[in-house]
Parts: sequence; C-alpha cells; structure tokens
Amino acid sequence: MKNKNTYDAIVIGTGISGGWAAKELCEKGLKTLVLERGRDVKHIVDYEDLKPPWELEHRGLKTQEDIRLSPIQSGVYNYNEVSKKYFVNDLDQPYEQVKPFEWARGYQTGGRSLIWGRQCYRRSEIDFLANAKDGFGVDWPIRYKDIAPWYDYVEPFVGVSGSLEGLPHLPDGKFQPPMPMNCVEKEVAERVKKGFTDGRMIIHGRTANHTKRIGSRGPCQYRGTCESGCSYGGYFSSNSATLPAAMETGNMTLRPFSVVKEIIYDKEKQRATGVRVIDAETFEEHEYFANVIFLNASTLNSTLILLNSVSDAFPNGLGNGSGQIGHNLMDMPYGGGARGSYEGFEDKYTYGVRPTGIFVPRFRNINKATETKDFLRGYTFQGGAVRGRIGNAPGVGIELKDKLTEAGGWEMAITAWGEHLPYYENKVTLHEEKKDKFGMPILKIDCEFRENEKAMLEDMMNSAAEILEMGGVKNVKKYNMNKIPGSCIHETGTARMGLDTKTSVLNKWNQMHEVSNVFITDGSAMASSGCTPGPSITYMALTARAVDYAVKEMKKGNIR
Amino acid sequence: MATSSLIFQVGFNFKTGDGNGFFSEDQINFLNEVGETILPQTDTPGAKAANVGEFMSVVARDCYTPQNQKVFVEGMDKLNSLCKKDYKKPFVACKVTQRTELLSKLDQEGADYFKLMKSLTLTGYYTSQVGATQFLNYNPAPGFYDGCTTKKPWIK
Repeated sequence: MKNKNTYDAIVIGTGISGGWAAKELCEKGLKTLVLERGRDVKHIVDYEDLKPPWELEHRGLKTQEDIRLSPIQSGVYNYNEVSKKYFVNDLDQPYEQVKPFEWARGYQTGGRSLIWGRQCYRRSEIDFLANAKDGFGVDWPIRYKDIAPWYDYVEPFVGVSGSLEGLPHLPDGKFQPPMPMNCVEKEVAERVKKGFTDGRMIIHGRTANHTKRIGSRGPCQYRGTCESGCSYGGYFSSNSATLPAAMETGNMTLRPFSVVKEIIYDKEKQRATGVRVIDAETFEEHEYFANVIFLNASTLNSTLILLNSVSDAFPNGLGNGSGQIGHNLMDMPYGGGARGSYEGFEDKYTYGVRPTGIFVPRFRNINKATETKDFLRGYTFQGGAVRGRIGNAPGVGIELKDKLTEAGGWEMAITAWGEHLPYYENKVTLHEEKKDKFGMPILKIDCEFRENEKAMLEDMMNSAAEILEMGGVKNVKKYNMNKIPGSCIHETGTARMGLDTKTSVLNKWNQMHEVSNVFITDGSAMASSGCTPGPSITYMALTARAVDYAVKEMKKGNIR
Repeated sequence: MATSSLIFQVGFNFKTGDGNGFFSEDQINFLNEVGETILPQTDTPGAKAANVGEFMSVVARDCYTPQNQKVFVEGMDKLNSLCKKDYKKPFVACKVTQRTELLSKLDQEGADYFKLMKSLTLTGYYTSQVGATQFLNYNPAPGFYDGCTTKKPWIK
C-alpha cells in the first residue's frame, strides 16, 4: 500500500499557487500527487460560459435559495447564476466569525483561480522594507532583487497585459500590450498627470487577461464574463494554464475530492512523511507519502491543516514552535473612493467589455516628500470611465422603447485598495468543539481593521475626489463601501516568512523553519499585505522560486 | 384576479405542487399583456414575443424576497381592480389605448408593484433571445475593445 501511495512530491491545493507548484514540480521530473478537496473542473469542458442569457433559468440572477445556502458567497461581487458553481455552500462548509469576516471560497479544481480578479502588480522594494521600517510585523527575509527574476519567469506564462511606466514603487514586468484606455480615461489621465506634483497618475490596469495568444490560450474576447470560466482561455487560471502544463509532463496525478486532514510528521526522521486525506465522497481515510510537500490550500485552509496536524513533536500544530501560525491575519482595507460624471465626448462610445480598468499607483509614503502623518504605508486605486445604454426611463409604450436605445452619460469612478498592518491579535484558530462534516474542526476567524486602516479609508475618499476633480470629472461624490475584513479576498499572513525562527514560520525559501520538507507558498506566507491589489502574482513567483530551491536541495540530499 | 390572492394566502412554498410556474397560465398571459403595453411590438418584437410573463413568474417565485413577492402578487390584483373601476373590464380585455393610459398613470404615480413589473419587463426583454438579438445587437464575443467609437454598440 505504501509503495502504491508514494510519490516524489505532494501538492495540497489546485488554486493559483498550487497550480504553479504542480507545474514546476512535474516539469522538473517529480512524480507529483496533486490534491484538491472539491470536485474536478476541466478547462472548457466544464464551463457554461457560452450559454446565452435566455438559456439560463434566472437570466443570471441569484435566487433566495442561493442566498439561504450561501449567505456569504452570494454577496461576493462576481457571484451569479453561472459562477455560483465555483463558490461553496456556506451551510455545508461553516466557519465562525468572532468578528465579521467575509470568507470567499471555491472548492474545485482551480480553486479561486476561476473566479479571481486577475489584477497583477509586482511588489516593490518599499513593500519588502515596510515591516522593518515601521516595526509592524517582522522583516521580510527577501528583497525585491530576490523575487524580481521569478516575476520575470512567471509573467510571460501567466500572460499579464500592462504598460511599462518605469516607477520604482510599482516595478514593470514582462508584459503583453495593455488593454486600451477609453477616450475619457485618456483625457482624465492627461489632466491628472499635468495637475499633480506629488506623482499621482493614471495608468493602464495590469491584468492576467491576455491581449496576445499564448499557446492555445486566448486572446481575450472582451465578453465580460470571466467568472463563468473562459472557453477561449482568455485569462489565466490553474485550469487553463498550469494544470494542463503539469498534466502534459505525465508526472501529475490529480486527485479531486481529497480533503487533507493533516500532514503526517515522523519524529525520528524529523520530517513530514506524507498526508492523511479524507475522501469527500466516501469519507474513507487514505495516506499518501512523498519526500516533499507543498501546502497551497489557500491562507485560511492551509492554517487549518497546520493547526490540525498535531503530534508529540508539534502539539500546537505542525512547525508551530513560534506560536505564530494563525496569527497576523491580514486582508486589505478597500472600498473608499469617488465617482462623478464627465461632460464631453458625447458622440463617443465604447465597444467590447474590457475586463480591467485604469490604475493609480501608490502616491502616499513612497518617499520623504509624500509622507503623511495620518497613517503608515499606502494604497492604490482601480477604476475606469464607462458609458452604457440607459436601462430604464419614465413612461410606457413606443416612446419608452425608443428611449431605451439612447446612451447614458459618461461616468467615472475610482476605488482604493490599501495595506492592512499585521496585528498579532488578528487571528484564525480551530474551534474548540464544532466540527465540519468531515470531522475537521471549523475555523474561528477574529480579524478587524484598526485606526491605521480607518485613517487610510478617509484619505482614500478625499484623494479619489481630488484626482477625479483634477481630471475634469464633474459632480464628484465620495463613497465608502464599508467593507468588512475578508471581503477584499486577499487574506494573508498566517504562516509568515521571516528571519527569526521564534517569530515566523517560514524561511526565505517558503520552507518551514522546523520541517524542512514542507513548503508553503500561498497567501499565508506573506509578511505584509502590500498595498496593490492582485497579490496572486507574488504567490506565483514565490512558488516557482520555492520549487526551484526545493528540487535543488533534494538533489543535494538536503531534503529526503 | 382571485387566484393570485389565493396563491398569496397559502404562502410561498412553491417548490412542490405547482410544477415549474409560480403563476397560472392566465396570470402569465396577463403579465405578458402588461409587458407588451410597456414594450410593444414596433419594427422589433414586443415583450410578449419575449414571453416576459414567464420570466416574471420565475423571478417572482425564485429570486424575490417574500416582501417583494407580496407586493407583486397583490399588485396584479390591484392593477385589475383599477382596470375594472376605470374601464369595467379586466386588463387583458382592454384596448391598447386604455392599457397604455392606465400603465402610464401607474408609472407616473410610482406604484411599487408597477415598478417591479416594469423592471422585470425590461430585464426579461433585454435578456430574451428576441430582445437581445433583434432589439439589441447581441454580440457574445466582441473580440476587441474600442474605447472611442462613434457607433452605439448596442444598435445593429
């Protein structure tokens, strides 16, 4: 039995980072078992994106039953009649909110890579220096130069479209051509560039929607239905890109319906020997063995697996001598912004649905001149200008019908994503009593925003209004979407990297300080949240880097 | 319409018993006529050709909160009562001019139930095959983005 269930490597999870671990390990010749807790979703075959709206029973709308079964997921911005099959049933997969926390989850092959926001921004040197500078969290054990070659490595395969800007605080990458701005965005960008002296500017969004074909993938068809899965392969997902590459090597064994209960640790050998899996269909337990394990179950579920992997050697969870696992949970404060109308370009319209928008790089606290006393660190904006058909109008009959083909006005909005400081008290723990249907403890999430995040939100709204007004946008109104933690879907930090084994879980190679053959390269590894949306590209780069290191160490005999 | 009141009184557990439809055929026909009055056939098909009545039935059954269901169902009765008061006939038996006059009045007054009916008529029409492909320029795969075109993309 042991031989049959033994592989060179095991990857837990098939989302953005697990897909990359699978691809890299398989391409380096390792026989790799890839475990997915949910059902299999095959690229193209299992998508329903080609259905026209009239073939959907509710024409895309969510039902009261959807809301009852998935009160959390049904509130996620891209949850709809087609995409709902990529979100979990909350009643079936419960967790406890000690404080309000929205946890978006997708349990299937590809995980949330099917429904992600696709924005991709490199972190810069100031992001890696931030913790050391202001003392929140622990210093990152890497700097920009350590990860830059790995961004270079993953970006062309991912297929990131974007513009080169030459900004030190938002490094350029190996990009495909950007998706174009519309005429209003160009005009507003021009005025903003001329008007501000503090570096505020509007650039193209950087997105994993492809403007060029990559192998059999893409390009993007500008349909605006990414969350349905994309039969054109117009955006990067594990399903479209990394898992097929892994499969092609002949080295991957993908096992869906595999809920990892724990990582098995051998005290004598001082290493992890494998994993214990609960089959989600039969509820039977199986053990699988390997020389190296990549844990990529997503931040909160990786934490669950670690904390549930208790042994004599690690009574508080695998590799948790520091006591840090589950702590320092971050999301990103977001939702402060402004909107207004644009007068002009009245004879101009847009064609196609662009799956990205414009971007405002960080402009607070990037140097002495831009320092603010109000808060630490920074934030960035996403947004865009749109003009559509009016959807409704007063009246009934022929006159109404005629009006419905008229255009509305141009409108422009920008919304900020900011940095969440790492606080030890923001944490996720195992519930003392409640278990899920697999007998796994459910998670208790206790996370909040504090004064720094609140001060940042105020500034987001004010500076958004200033930017739009400088750009010539009229009737500008500020807004705060009052988002709770988790709703940004950028949860990070619960098994952080660091230099000191007493205060961190992973070393500079995403390798557990205390268990040298376990690597964690999902969001839990982050020592800070960063201030740009799109953390995934950083997970991808770190994953490829960690696999490269792990395989070299295996060859040297340092990992067995 | 008495049956709608009956449906309301027995509650909203429609998952079993009455097949696919929340509303009866008569009610769906009534809603199609309301829809057709809101969006009549011109050189493009009207809301009836898009069967918005059936769409309204499905949305009211599955997507509406109990509160909106109540407003909608009671609204169908209210609309018919007003019609009988003004024209001595149920809505479906009225002339187009009478129907248009009544619905225009409800639109101006901003009657809650009429707002729901109008909104579902528009959504149901835009997302129907005839509405999307004949009234609008349905284009499932544009292929590129043009941020500065002089042509309204939703018109053929």
